Amino acid sequence: MQRTTMDLWVGLFVVMGVIALMILSLKVGNLNVYNPSQSYVISGNFENIGGLKVRAPVKSAGVVVGRVTDIQFSTQTYDAVVTMSMDSRFLFPKDTFASILTSGLLGEQYIGLAAGGDETMLKDGDKIMKTNSAMVLEELIGRFLFNKATEDDSL
Amino acid sequence: MPSRLVSGIRHIGHRVIEGVWRLGVASRFFILVLLKSGTSLRRFNLVIRELYFTGVLSLIIIVVSGLFVGMVLGLQGYETLQKYGSESAVGTLVALSLVRELGPVVAALLFASRAGSAITAEIGLMKATEQLTAMGMMAVDPIARVVAPRFWSGVISMPFLAAIFSVMGVFGGYLVTVVFIGVDEGSYWSQMQSAVDFRFDIMNGFIKSCYFGVAVTAIAVFEGYDAPPTAEGVSGATTRTVVTSSLVILGLDFILTAFMFRGVS
Repeated sequence: MQRTTMDLWVGLFVVMGVIALMILSLKVGNLNVYNPSQSYVISGNFENIGGLKVRAPVKSAGVVVGRVTDIQFSTQTYDAVVTMSMDSRFLFPKDTFASILTSGLLGEQYIGLAAGGDETMLKDGDKIMKTNSAMVLEELIGRFLFNKATEDDSL
Repeated sequence: MPSRLVSGIRHIGHRVIEGVWRLGVASRFFILVLLKSGTSLRRFNLVIRELYFTGVLSLIIIVVSGLFVGMVLGLQGYETLQKYGSESAVGTLVALSLVRELGPVVAALLFASRAGSAITAEIGLMKATEQLTAMGMMAVDPIARVVAPRFWSGVISMPFLAAIFSVMGVFGGYLVTVVFIGVDEGSYWSQMQSAVDFRFDIMNGFIKSCYFGVAVTAIAVFEGYDAPPTAEGVSGATTRTVVTSSLVILGLDFILTAFMFRGVS
């Protein structure tokens, strides 16, 4: 008799533990958002990646379609080579435009893809040709001040 | 004066050699426990009985402290984040600190003081009252019959306890920030979900808690088995279990964190 109630409690404990792990993966984590099992890899050269990090999302129209898997510096072209793992459900034309964007004013940076009109699609290992680097706040302010100065001169 | 100096150095050397010697015995004991685990897998009822004592009876302290740790995290996180107008990120703060660090570490510390000390005291008292010797005389291996089931029950229950701790903490943070203070519920969960990664955060936390489970229960069973068979010896062994396993948890946590989160954003 005592044995069975103990078994019940232990069973309940294990069930609670498994449920806790499931809550952690599904409710707290983002297991259901992006499943990298079926994916293809593309890369792109960016002049300046700003604060882009590995694991940053790749979004198109605001929807996560992939993740940044690697960022390397290339000594051939002296710019950053960003490798992305894309969900294979989403194919993009060859002339897709990739730019590094910021969510909100100070939020994390991600890669935004704007689809082009080419007939052929990007395959595994392909390279995105059209890229736009990150908006660096200092450069922006510098340009603004420069413009302001020339305006003042012309006046 | 020199003779006192010499005896002081000799004392330190003795302590060091003693420590190394004990570590060797502990490692040999650990291997022996692993080798003799076959019985506890075949007679799984033994493990289930111990799971009740180590896992189920630790639930209350884990659940309550998880809830309060999450509530405090939510409160403190809100206080600081609202200065920068980003109080919706409080979900991220609560979830990441719980899943990565506080869940495994605090659950393991509580587990060491709640279940680890109980295991040590139980085995130590069995040794002091010569129950272990009696088992040996009846050709029942005390390591296979007494030690291994307790070891495995701790190893199994620790990850579950850590997961339950984290979930209760996230719920506690939700309770304080969303229900009491009034942070937007949608942004609490969505910010959390976009920041917490399954592989990097949840799996690493889970792996951490597995390591802690092995460390805590290995220390607990060894201290119990190695305790001098007196009342004083058992009490000293129980204290040593809590102290050593707490230090090992914190040290191991640093090493594991350095391995897991190096180079990750």
